Order: sequence, then structure tokens, then C-alpha cells
Amino acid sequence: MGRIKAKPEVCMGCHLCEVWCAVAHSKSKHIIKAFLYEEEKPLPRLVVEEKLPLTFALQCRHCAEPDCVTACISGALSKDPETGRVLHNPNQCVGCYSCVLTCPYGSIFINPRKREVIKCDLCAGLDTLYCVSHCPNGALVYEDC
Amino acid sequence: MGNMGDYDYLIIGNSAGAVGCIEGLRSMDKNGTVALVAEEEHHVYSRALIPYYLGGQITRNKMYYRPRDFYDRARVSVIKERRAVKIHSAVRMVELDNGSRLGYGKLLLATGGKPVYPPISGLDKQQNVFSFHSMKDVLGIERELPAVRSAVVLGGGVIGLMAAEVLHKRGLDVHVLELADRLLAPVVDETTSHLVEGALQKAGVTLYLNNTIDQVHGTQRVESVTLKDGRSIPCDLLIVGVGVAPRVELAQGTGIEVNRGIVVDKNMQTAVPGIYACGDCASTYNFVTGAGQNLPLWPNAYLGGRIAGFNMAGMERAFVQGTAMNAMHFFDINIINAGINVTGAETPDGLDVIQEYNKDTQTYRKFILSEKGHIKGFILVGQIARAGIFLNLMRRKTDVRAFIKDLFKTDFGYADLPETLRWKLLQDDVILGVV
Ligand SMILES: Cc1cc2nc3c(=O)[nH]c(=O)nc-3n(C[C@H](O)[C@H](O)[C@H](O)COP(=O)(O)OP(=O)(O)OC[C@H]3O[C@@H](n4cnc5c(N)ncnc54)[C@H](O)[C@@H]3O)c2cc1C
Ligand code: SF4
Ligand code: SF4
Repeated sequence: MGRIKAKPEVCMGCHLCEVWCAVAHSKSKHIIKAFLYEEEKPLPRLVVEEKLPLTFALQCRHCAEPDCVTACISGALSKDPETGRVLHNPNQCVGCYSCVLTCPYGSIFINPRKREVIKCDLCAGLDTLYCVSHCPNGALVYEDC
Repeated sequence: MGNMGDYDYLIIGNSAGAVGCIEGLRSMDKNGTVALVAEEEHHVYSRALIPYYLGGQITRNKMYYRPRDFYDRARVSVIKERRAVKIHSAVRMVELDNGSRLGYGKLLLATGGKPVYPPISGLDKQQNVFSFHSMKDVLGIERELPAVRSAVVLGGGVIGLMAAEVLHKRGLDVHVLELADRLLAPVVDETTSHLVEGALQKAGVTLYLNNTIDQVHGTQRVESVTLKDGRSIPCDLLIVGVGVAPRVELAQGTGIEVNRGIVVDKNMQTAVPGIYACGDCASTYNFVTGAGQNLPLWPNAYLGGRIAGFNMAGMERAFVQGTAMNAMHFFDINIINAGINVTGAETPDGLDVIQEYNKDTQTYRKFILSEKGHIKGFILVGQIARAGIFLNLMRRKTDVRAFIKDLFKTDFGYADLPETLRWKLLQDDVILGVV
């Protein structure tokens, strides 16, 4: 099981990882269509942290012992023992925000449109990690650990 | 009834603590035999979802905390609708209410809590009085709801207010009675209480502070209540939400120490070897105060159970992540708090309080800091994004004095930490200097 790591020294702070993360979680997977035509604008599941000139992207660490899963009152969050991914099932989520309270990295994001949270799923079901493969400067890498 | 069998691991209770234990245990020991005794008839459900179910946000099916085949897959023998009544610790045996006996190698008490009914005569005998705690309450409240117009909620704590919001959303006239002079008194500070009071009043919930029930009227069903101040409220549903007491009955007479909750060490073991406890029935280590305390919250129950499971399976692990912590929402207000809660004008010795309230955005942030600049408690109202970062700083006893002003930034994050601290906390998650 791996995780995405950031290289702050080459990060330009362009926020393209956020844009492509949103695209990865859109219906069309198309950068223009997703934002122009889809009923719900897709949202990113990572954040570019900034204190200029420092910038780096931070997303879910898919922790070995995830605090978010521990805290979840509904069973919506789980760690897949096979892949190591920490996954969120929106059908089960009630938006209690216990996971927001406990994730040490601030990697659970509140969906402003409904009582629900969203998080990085390591692009489950897609063939590349969108934030990694679309970073123009190689500031995000996927590492096995 | 005779002996029903011997198990390597026996768990009493069927909720967050039990599931945490099973998942911890099974990640270490795939073969040991496990049995679980559950007094309720239902598959494991989350009582924290009661407000969401009664509010119509989720179906009954979604109250189940784990899939239907969870116990089968974990190879746990579930003994349902049976209550454990006695522990014979000398012979490592638990007796059930039908007289049958179960032998154990390691035993976990995850018996949770029981709603408290204040000594008001006539309160607990009526058909339309419920607590807000179990599936039984849910089914009872649901049965009553179609005919209810006016509901009284006794208790202005977290559970009482959740009940009030749900009942209000179901179109009832809701009256909340609170003995203290503000809502949520032990949980949050005055400022937060007043923000919540405002939200409830704006929505149309009637609040009665410094007040409680003096008399209950009606014989089989409550028809109205008279308050301490003489006012009277008609009511066809009464919810009692004044608190939950740890269920410690089983510990009595065993040599297990009880101090409100069942006392355990950091490994979740009681004073009696082989017997562990976790969750709402237990008194566990609070990493902020350093004291053993009842910390009746879901994350503490699950994680305490998980750590008990590891220890029961022979892997030593300590539970040092627990403290008071709440994620709450009442109408349009979101609140997250953790650690100690300083209220009133007096700040205890050696602690510093910093806070910022923005009237326009209705946001509020408060931090309680030790002399060494460690966060000992915090409250966030309105703006709760990435709150876990504060909990992490608290757990890691980080000196925050160098960036104290930044704590109030609405987008506070790891970028705001001093360089060395930032990379230390993110550890190997960020690669440095390899262009
Ligand atoms: C309405 C409501 C909302 C809540 N919301 C939140 C929230 O948002 N966040 C949060 O952190 N916490 C919340 N909580 C608290 C949380 O639900 C509890 O902390 C948690 O359920 C504790 O789990 P537990 O395993 O210790 O015990 P419990 O959930 O209390 O379960 C104990 C089980 O053991 C069984 N049992 C007890 N004694 C015996 C016996 N002798 N034999 C057999 N079985 C026995 C009981 O029947 C029960 O099923 C809420 C609670 C309520 C009531
Ligand atoms: S959301 Fe947070 S706690 Fe959960 S796995 Fe990711 S980094 Fe860990
Ligand atoms: S917000 Fe959803 S995912 Fe997060 S703890 Fe609550 S129910 Fe679980």
C-alpha cells in the first residue's frame, strides 16, 4: 500500500492538483465539461497548503490506523484490508463530522452542498492518480511503503 | 442450564466498543474462539444515528454499524437476547440471565451506559416517556409520533438538544427544560451556549432555563407537566435526556475497581487479570488531564475496544488518544470541541485562554493553553474545517506560542507551522530536497 507524497521544493502552487482531483471525481472526467455542464460542480479532495513562497499539496495519508475510521459513527469510513485504501461510502454517511474532528491532517473535506464529507480515494476505479499524473512539475509522487 | 462452552475471548455488549475489540483482536489472532453476549435483539447498530433516523435522513437499514454478515465473517458466536448477570472471576466464567455459563480466557466488558431518570414521581411509568438511547426508544417514539403535537425534552445537553431538533423537524411544538442557566453547560463555554440558544430559539424551539419538571400529570400517559416555576406545558411525548450512567453492575463483587466507571489501566485491563473494559461503562485515561475519567463518546469506545482487543490477543498497546471530544450540530450551527473546557470568567492556574468571536459570520474560536503553550482544549463554532489538526497538535503536546495568532486563521494548516515542526509532524509524508 502506498501514499502520495509532496515535494514542496518543486511545487509551484498552481493548484492544478486540486482541479484535476475534482475532475477525477466528476461524472464526465472532462476538465471543461465537468465544471461547465455538470449539475454539481466537482470538488477537490486535497488542499494546496500555502504560506508563500512555501506551497505543497496535502491529501489523505491512508493511515495504517486511521483516526477517521475509528471516529465514524455510521460505518461510512473503512480501511480496505487488501488495498490499504481508506474509503468513504457516501450512502452511509450522515455528515456528523466526527471524522473532521479526528483526522490529524485535515484531509476530510466538508461538502458545502449537503451534510456529507468527501475524501481522497486514491482515484479508485481510475487508471491513474490524477493529482500525480497531472502535476506539471512532478511535485507529487506516489510511493509504495 | 449448564455450561455453554469455553471461549478464548468473551465480549459482553454489542456496540462500538465490542466491534472495536473484535476488529483489533482479529487483526492479531485469526483462530482464537470469540463469543459475544448481547442483551438487545438487534444486529449491531449505532445509537449515535438515532437522531438521523428519527429525523428521516436515513433508513432503518443504515443504522447498522457493520454489514449483516460481520459476525460470521469475524467468526464470532453471538448470543443474543441474553444478559450477562455475574462474573465468577476465580474460575473465569460468566453467568447469563437464563443460568447458562460461559468460560473465557479473556473477558471484555463493553456494557455501555444506561439513561438516568431523575427522581420525579410518575416519570418512568408513563407510556409516552422515552429516553433517546436505544432501538427500543426509537421504536417507541416512532409509534407515538403520528399523534404527537407537543413534546417536552428534559435536559439541554447534547442528547436532549439532538432530540429537540429532530422533533422540531417532525413538525412538533418542542419545549426544552434545562436545570442549569444555559444549554450544554458542562460541554461548552458560555459563548457557545448562547450561540446554540439563539439557533434553537430562531428555529422556534421554546427553552426553559433554570427549570425542571415539578409534577407530571396523567395516569398512563403524560398529558402535561408543571414546571418548578409554576408554568405548565401540555405534552404528549416526553423525552428524558439528562445523562447516561455507566453500567458497572457486572464489576460489582469481583474485585474490579469502580470509580463511577469501571477502572482500567492504559492497556484497558481492570484490576482483575484477564478482564478488560472499554467505552461508556469504563473510566479511561484522558490524555489531556492525565486522569482516569468516563469519556462516553463513540471514538473513545471504538478505539478503547480496539486497543483492548490488541492487548487481549497479546500485543501490548496503550490507549492514550482519548479525551472529551465532540462534533455537534444544532440547526445551522456546527461545533467541534475537544479537551478541557474553561467556562466562566476565572481561568484556572497556569492556563491561558485566547478567543475570537466574529459577530458577522457567527464564528467563534477558543483555545485553552498551558504554561508551556500546549493546547489543552479548544472550541470551534461555525468554522470547523480541518479541526483534526488542532487535535493532533494537542495530542503531540506541541508548543503553539510561535504561531499563536495563526490559530484563528480560517484556513489554518500545516503551512502555518514553523518549518521543523511542520516536517516533523508530516514525517516521511513529504519528501524534502530531492529535486
Ligand atoms: C442519541 C445519541 C447520539 C450520540 N451521538 C454521538 C456522536 O455524535 N458522537 C459521539 O462520539 N458519541 C455519540 N453518542 C455516544 C455514543 O453513542 C456512545 O459513546 C457509544 O455508543 C458507546 O459505545 P459502547 O460500546 O461503550 O456502549 P453502548 O453503545 O452503550 O452499548 C452497550 C451494549 O451493551 C449491552 N449490554 C449492557 N450490559 C449487558 C449485559 N450485562 N449483558 C448483555 N449485554 C449488555 C447493551 O444492551 C448495549 O447494547 C451518542 C449517544 C446517543 C444516545
Ligand atoms: S482521512 Fe485522515 S485519518 Fe483518515 S486515513 Fe486519511 S489521513 Fe488518515
Ligand atoms: S461525517 Fe460521515 S464519514 Fe465522517 S464520521 Fe460522520 S458519518 Fe462517518
